[in-house]
Amino acid sequence: MSDVYTLRIDDRDVAGAAGETILEVARENGISVPTLCHLEGLKPIGACRMCLVEVRQTGRLMPACTTRIEEGQDIVANSERLHAYRRQVLELIFTERNHVCSVCVANNHCELQDQAERHGITHFELPYLNPRLEVDATHERFAIDHNRCILCGRCARVCGEVEGAHVWDIEGRGITARMVTELGKPWGEATTCTSCGKCVQVCPTGALFEKGRASSEDRHRRPFMPYLRAQARREAD
Amino acid sequence: MTPRPEGRPGTSPNRRLRRHGITPIGDVRASIHVCEAAGCLALNSEKVVEALVEKLDEDGVYDVAVKRVGCLGLCARGPLARIPETGQYLERVTADDLQPALEAVALVDPANPVEVTPPPFYARQTKVALENSGLIDPEDIDDYLSRGGYGALEKALHELTPSQVIAEVVTSGLRGRGGGGFPTGLKWTTVAKSSGPEGKYVICNADEGDPGAFMDRTVLESDPHRVLEGMAIAAYAVGANEGYIYCRAEYPLAVKRLRSAIRLAERQGMLGKNILDTRFSFEVDVRLGAGAFVCGEETALLYSIQGGRGMPRPRPPYPAVRGLHGKPTLINNVETYAAIAPVLRNGGQWYAGLGTERSKGTKVFALAGRVKNTGIVEVPMGTTLREVVFDIGGGIIDDHPFKAVQTGGPSGGCIPAEFLDMPLDYESLAEKGSIMGSGGMIVMDDTACMVDVAKFFMDFCVEESCGKCVPCRVGTTHMHELLTKMTEGLATRDDLTALENLAGMVKATSLCGLGQTAPNPVFSTLRYFRAEYLAHIDDGLCPAGVCPIATSARI
Amino acid sequence: MVKTLPQAPSDDKRWKIVDTRMRRLGGAADALIEALHAVQEAFGFIDDDAMLYVGEYLGVPRSKVYGVATFYSYFTLKPKGEHTCVICTGTACYINGAANNLKSIAAEFEIKSGETTSDDHLSLLTARCVGACSVAPVAVIDGVLTGKLTPPEVIHLLRALPHGAAQ
Repeated sequence: MSDVYTLRIDDRDVAGAAGETILEVARENGISVPTLCHLEGLKPIGACRMCLVEVRQTGRLMPACTTRIEEGQDIVANSERLHAYRRQVLELIFTERNHVCSVCVANNHCELQDQAERHGITHFELPYLNPRLEVDATHERFAIDHNRCILCGRCARVCGEVEGAHVWDIEGRGITARMVTELGKPWGEATTCTSCGKCVQVCPTGALFEKGRASSEDRHRRPFMPYLRAQARREAD
Repeated sequence: MTPRPEGRPGTSPNRRLRRHGITPIGDVRASIHVCEAAGCLALNSEKVVEALVEKLDEDGVYDVAVKRVGCLGLCARGPLARIPETGQYLERVTADDLQPALEAVALVDPANPVEVTPPPFYARQTKVALENSGLIDPEDIDDYLSRGGYGALEKALHELTPSQVIAEVVTSGLRGRGGGGFPTGLKWTTVAKSSGPEGKYVICNADEGDPGAFMDRTVLESDPHRVLEGMAIAAYAVGANEGYIYCRAEYPLAVKRLRSAIRLAERQGMLGKNILDTRFSFEVDVRLGAGAFVCGEETALLYSIQGGRGMPRPRPPYPAVRGLHGKPTLINNVETYAAIAPVLRNGGQWYAGLGTERSKGTKVFALAGRVKNTGIVEVPMGTTLREVVFDIGGGIIDDHPFKAVQTGGPSGGCIPAEFLDMPLDYESLAEKGSIMGSGGMIVMDDTACMVDVAKFFMDFCVEESCGKCVPCRVGTTHMHELLTKMTEGLATRDDLTALENLAGMVKATSLCGLGQTAPNPVFSTLRYFRAEYLAHIDDGLCPAGVCPIATSARI
Repeated sequence: MVKTLPQAPSDDKRWKIVDTRMRRLGGAADALIEALHAVQEAFGFIDDDAMLYVGEYLGVPRSKVYGVATFYSYFTLKPKGEHTCVICTGTACYINGAANNLKSIAAEFEIKSGETTSDDHLSLLTARCVGACSVAPVAVIDGVLTGKLTPPEVIHLLRALPHGAAQ
């Protein structure tokens, strides 16, 4: 019992089912919308603001990943203005923590790098905040380098929504927020962690990685992701 | 709160010590009302009550009642007391100096009623939300009932349909007093029309997080039943039977009085099951905040009530459709609910007769800062800024020159002297680059540096940012760094450009109202005080003498 | 599914206050913030044992309890000193000199906001606004709110706090 809506994205007529998001319909029609915190199969949260699109009728910027389509919407997904905002979002992320690609396991396999490349980033005007952040390698198989974390929250979402262990959550708030396991102690002491490795697989950068990998060696394996996508679809209906 | 022991001064064959003061058993010739809201309590007003009771007893005066009441308004001159028979206000009443109060009350002669003209601070106000504040004992439901309390609820339940109730609210033109200014009637209509087969909720947002705002605190401490009545009427109108008051933990007295009021109201059949012998039930409970400004944002508030981190989510869906536990939820501010009973009692048309074309009714302002008469003020919308600051507020302390008024807290802006004659209403304030906000009004004089003020508010946003979205979490941090550089005399024109660019981006792309309005103080101070910024940047000077540039020996 | 409730971390009677609060609010995840309030009211701060206990009782994952406890400024995971002084740094207090009060406390007691003196006598905290703006600048010392404070006055009040306090 699904209604079908017709709408326009980037001046193209498209159609989608009621309940679909702008992002889903855009991608189905080959219209590219950048994302970072979004991962199919996980509940979208609209946090990174990369996917903001403009609804012409209201002039409002809406996150494509969480916003459901409506009949007759006229949406701008790519424009100079949106491109500029996306570059600024990336600049904020890069200057927030210490992202040194050359020594990172995810070098060349990093979604943050990909977005930077896509948006023609070459340098930054804002100063680096240079926070002092540590690496936690106490877990037997995995490690987290907080310098590379962009607080997308995917690790917490996959652990909570898919694995069901909810080992990860966020400590504090604002600029001092940090991903933590259990009561904020070293990961190796987290007895509820099943070592399933899903958090490592969904991490967009080299923050979460498998031990024993050197720079550029980390390749994510996500064969389980299509099943999440199907699951999420079923749950939405 | 000090306990009220039995068998202490005040009890005698001629009098009994009531729970909340003393009431003569015989005729009351005169009364003294003493304020016991936060401001006056901070100045030990409860000791004033004790001392008065003792002294009257000592002097053998048995026809004077002493009552503990809520906020009398002119907090700067507290502890405050009032003699209702004459309308006379008494200021700076302390336990050591009761003489003026005793003399005043001795003069009261029921056979010869004299009315004392109140000072302009009081005379120029129009009390609607605060019409009981300072007149009733907030911990005594009978006092509330004696002033028509719960009469509006009775009218709604016995004489009106839910749609008719909503129609009155729509007619009144009441707009959300929490700062959003969204038409209340429209919000109620949306919730009423939302399908809620499993129930709906009515929530009161008492998280008043704006630093410098204490209007809601005043209403809650002075007239908690008023808020409960408003919520019950709302619940009837939208089809809800359950509600919560989300109150910040920093207001323990408000929480205490609310909890006590709920219990008393339930006992009297004004809340709970089958209210006033109808089939309508409404159960309400208090939920505590825990020190997070962002929880004033509706979706964050909902997550907080559900026991989680207060991190907002994108809207739509709006709480009116999908709110607490996924059900349709009405969320309104304390002051908004406080206006409902008078709207129902006197009619929406009456309320719409106050205020301006698009901003109906009255607004409670918390007047603070460098003004002489700091306190709580309620005026019709459209009253000018000058009237509030100078006629009611009494002007600047030590008669320093007026520099600006900050409205809307960290989401708002500063209005400079050239606009003192502007009307206070939603549209006018927005047009000048500020917002009405919840009602906090901080008056600033020449001892304030506007760059420092902008930095102060940005610091607040950095600390209170929930951290979910990139623009707010990182953007405000960068803006704060830039503003700090300016106060230290280390900034360049490029930094100013960077600040303005960031401000625009954070405003446009942040997920919730906190981030979207965090740049407002920057925009506003740049708009009216750009020269001050340039003095810091180009000349390394802080004209107000506040910033580190001015106070350190840095070159 | 039958839920077995965990045992409180110790026989300390104060856990009963926490249990009662959790039960009164339905004993489920919703009650987390109220439960943490109860812990802090009873014990003065929230430690690991408390978080583990509350989490198990309410069916909330450990990291979620920790995430909530660290999100809200009101909650403290560190024990407080014998006495607590909260200086309000809201706008009205700020404009009326709260910063000077903080500076003089720092000079006198050598502690900044969030710190406790080395003899555990006094903890200094700041609050963003306690709503008593009309009597700014304001301090809440051991739960008692005092207004219109100058630096000498606030130092005087703090110096007068008893050592080895009886309740």
